[in-house]
Amino acid sequence: MKRNKLSVVLNGLITENPTFVLMLGMCPTLGTTSSALNGMGMGLATSFVLICSNMAISSVKNIIPDKVRIPSYIVIIATFVSLLQMVMQAYVPALYASLGIFIPLIVVNCIVLARAESFASKNSVFDSALDGLGIGLGFTIALTLLGSIRELFGTGKIFGMTVFPEQYGILVFVLAPGAFIVLGYLIAIINRIKKVS
Amino acid sequence: MIYITIFIAAVFVNNIVLSQFLGICPFLGVSKKIETALGMSGAVAFVLTLSTIVTWLIQHYLLTPLHLDFLQTITFILVIAGLVQMLEIILKKISPSLYQALGVFLPLITTNCCLLGVAILVIQKNYGLLESAVFAFSTALGFGLALILFAGIREQLSYTKIPKSMQGMPIALIVAGLLAMAFMGFAGMV
Repeated sequence: MKRNKLSVVLNGLITENPTFVLMLGMCPTLGTTSSALNGMGMGLATSFVLICSNMAISSVKNIIPDKVRIPSYIVIIATFVSLLQMVMQAYVPALYASLGIFIPLIVVNCIVLARAESFASKNSVFDSALDGLGIGLGFTIALTLLGSIRELFGTGKIFGMTVFPEQYGILVFVLAPGAFIVLGYLIAIINRIKKVS
Repeated sequence: MIYITIFIAAVFVNNIVLSQFLGICPFLGVSKKIETALGMSGAVAFVLTLSTIVTWLIQHYLLTPLHLDFLQTITFILVIAGLVQMLEIILKKISPSLYQALGVFLPLITTNCCLLGVAILVIQKNYGLLESAVFAFSTALGFGLALILFAGIREQLSYTKIPKSMQGMPIALIVAGLLAMAFMGFAGMV
């Protein structure tokens, strides 16, 4: 049984990694990863919404009529996002400002709705929380990785720590095109590794 | 004059897909053929303009006077979802031919982050009603431009030889990156 719970978490982390395998939620993935810290902040914010909404939906799944389930899910998700917005505005205003519009846009992040529909509406509260945790962590790791690479090549830093002098940085990595290109090569590398093993 | 500035800024300089990263899912999802790209752009232009006007009215005549600003996210997403549903029903009844052309794309649009994104952006930028409408329409045009350009390139890509691990999504992303680089040439125009 213990193994089973672990596999739920690992499933989200590796087998169904939302960014590299399912390729869901591309907008925040590309939009917020100009630095490692921003990427991690966005990942954690999404994880919070994922875990809470998964738990809430799974606990009310028997009450919601089948026909109106999608709108109900969206309302539940939007509630947690509004909550998150207020908390972040109060305690981490700098991060909130730099993530900007992408925080309210968690509502329309396909990952959250996809997990609600495909996992939380069929499984127990505890399992759904674990699934939210796994997917959330997978998303956070992917975003942090992408953010670190872009920050490193763009400015010579990781999490603000200098690795090499800033004048050797390639500016384009921090700008919009860099996001697309780095993600493209990362997915290609992962495809390559998967084929070998 | 201000409307022209808004128009050029939204279509080219701050292109919604290639520099703001909104609406990436349909950008990557429906860009395999030019025809579907055209249909999607049309549907987005229609719904985006309408939804921005409706959400602007709700924000300024309902939420702000009642000090309910914190309900913005939840209200907007409900209004947008309802609007798209309603539009689908109305179009089916009034203009079946338009419904045929746009119908399949309408349900997809609800989860397009363009809609909610632009609705929130015009509130943040403090635009008036007409400015918001112009902004929304030109944003949709920018989305269409990027989508159709990208679809054109992808149609060509399907005839070229690409290393196996780069096929599909990776090469599409890199092409999008190059396209974004081209659009950076517009920076500083406005």
